[in-house]
Amino acid sequence: MSTAVRRVATLPEPTLDATPTVTTSAPTVPDLSTAPPPKRRLAARAVGLLGAVALLVVILVLSIAVGAKSLPLADVWSGLLHHDAGEYAVVHRMRLPRTLLGLLAGTALGVAGAVMQALTRNPLADPGLLGINAGASAAVAVAATFLGVTAIGGYVWFALLGAALVTALVYAVGGGRGATPARLALAGAALNATLYSFVSAVMLLDTASLDRLRFWTVGSLASADSATVTRVAPFILVGLLVALAAARPLNALALGDDAARALGARPALIRGAVIVAVTLLCGAATAACGPIVFVGLLVPHLVRALTGPDLRWLLPYCAVLAPALLLGADVLGRVLGRPGELQVGMVTAVLGGPLFLWLVSRGRVAHP
Amino acid sequence: MTVLRTPGGLSVRFRPRALAVGLGATVLAAGLGLVALGSGDYPMGPTDVLRALTGGGSVAEQFIVTELRLPRLVTALLVGAALALGGAVFQSLVRNPLGSPDILGFTQGASTGALVVVVVGGGSLALAGAAVVGGLATGLLIYALAWRRGVHGYRLVLVGIGVSAILTGVNGYLLTRAPLMDAARAVLWLTGSLDGRGWANAGPLLAVTAVLAPLVLVGCAPALRMMELGDDTASALGVPLRRLRLVLLASAVLLVSFAAAAAGPVSFVALVAPHVARRLTRAPGPNLLPSMALGAALLVGADLVAQRAFPGHQLPVGVVTGVLGGGYLVWLLAVERRAGRL
Repeated sequence: MSTAVRRVATLPEPTLDATPTVTTSAPTVPDLSTAPPPKRRLAARAVGLLGAVALLVVILVLSIAVGAKSLPLADVWSGLLHHDAGEYAVVHRMRLPRTLLGLLAGTALGVAGAVMQALTRNPLADPGLLGINAGASAAVAVAATFLGVTAIGGYVWFALLGAALVTALVYAVGGGRGATPARLALAGAALNATLYSFVSAVMLLDTASLDRLRFWTVGSLASADSATVTRVAPFILVGLLVALAAARPLNALALGDDAARALGARPALIRGAVIVAVTLLCGAATAACGPIVFVGLLVPHLVRALTGPDLRWLLPYCAVLAPALLLGADVLGRVLGRPGELQVGMVTAVLGGPLFLWLVSRGRVAHP
Repeated sequence: MTVLRTPGGLSVRFRPRALAVGLGATVLAAGLGLVALGSGDYPMGPTDVLRALTGGGSVAEQFIVTELRLPRLVTALLVGAALALGGAVFQSLVRNPLGSPDILGFTQGASTGALVVVVVGGGSLALAGAAVVGGLATGLLIYALAWRRGVHGYRLVLVGIGVSAILTGVNGYLLTRAPLMDAARAVLWLTGSLDGRGWANAGPLLAVTAVLAPLVLVGCAPALRMMELGDDTASALGVPLRRLRLVLLASAVLLVSFAAAAAGPVSFVALVAPHVARRLTRAPGPNLLPSMALGAALLVGADLVAQRAFPGHQLPVGVVTGVLGGGYLVWLLAVERRAGRL
């Protein structure tokens, strides 16, 4: 990266926030006169991030403790540490993998949503709404029905392929420069409708895949085991690294292609990197948990209200708060659905849908 | 535009090309219908079919044609026409080529209603009723949520996308609640199928279409054409915008919901038929009548393909329309984007 970009990226925060093009997807443009000085804001953001981490830790503990059999904290602790404790099996075989998977998938979806919103300058961008999860689902359905793939290790590659195809397609067809939020959402919805009708057609051909896929297509962490976690973790970690590395150049890109180029960034390269990151993140998360909507929409929006549009803060916050939301929804589903459970994808749809509708009803995004 | 005047002073305006397309599509639907009536385990030639239809032929032939195959064909024709009309009205109202009930969430709402019945338990009549109630409730919800001093195109589309995403989650959840056999039945219904459809399925849809199609075609089409000029122009021309939108939306939702009740939410007919009609007629405006004829022909044709494509294995018709419609849609998105219309 050239020194020019680095210099711009480290400009004082208010300058960046006050640039109108940066805030196309942000709720408000902060009023400069009342904004606190940069140093105090830096401290506030750091403290906020610590608070978010604390929240995540609480939810992680809850996710291990709450379930068909609720464990007191002391038992959770001894189950985590001691081989001979009675809770060891419950904690290590079921709750811990489930929690880790939620952590990974939540982070993946939140960060993917944030970088997509930045890349497309579209406040409605969400891997679920734009059809990327549906693309992964369709590929998994093909793999499960026609190719006899049943294990998560096989799903991942197909899910990545499907996610990659749809990401490229939705971006080429409905996105690109000059696409409005409504156009992109429409392109995504159209792809969603196509792909889900394909998935249900595939499920019809084979009752066994129907039985497997109907639980998977809701979006659930219930089938998590340690093999799933270790299988998807590398993809998600690489995706996260790419996304975080793209944060600064994406900030520059928010000023417009010409400005970004003038600052030494390479727009085509950035777009390619972000698409790779989104594909890895969404494909792996979808392979492991099924398609989950709205996490990638909800979290970046809530976070942006705290941090502003600067991706160098937005992404870490999303990486912490998105898994908190996903695991929180999972715990909620386990509590509300007793004696069974509500799948997490259903909980996030019901939680996230109203926010989407609220964003639309404010009218900011409703104009082509 | 051609004007036909009678000596009595009455005049009818029509576009020759649109008329030709409408007639051509009707003939196509009738021809495909004849093939559908004649094909199956007991194949019959067109003349035999016509003889059986008009009361001739052997008792067996009459039974096969009028009792077994005709209800299915009538259901297919009506579902295709109703979906296409509903879709044409939606696309015209939201002024967007993609504003079809598949994307706006009405079909998902109808599916939610039907799935509730599958999970709770109930016959096919209850299932059809629940589909209509679900579709209507979703329509009302979307209208209420999108209403803000009138309903405008893009907000309606976006609210629809949001509602349909929520309902997709709910539907998936309901599917996991059902026993496997019921789930299989539900997925079959969700795909859209014409298997075993009888007069009980065609009847309610026929009644609704008979009432609503003339209302929309005769009562609202001229005003709808003016609305496409823009809200300001239309109200300057004396169109009661708010009332008209409500009537049109209600009619379209009813048509789509009853079609879903009869055959399940067959995908993409509502989206594709009005498009193809517009491209063929090259006429501006909603092209309601050619759309209906094309929708009917499309569904009968798709059903024929679904029954014949894999010998010994019948596919539900929704699989065929889904695959065809999906391909068409992707192509359309690319074309419309390049032309800057989307």
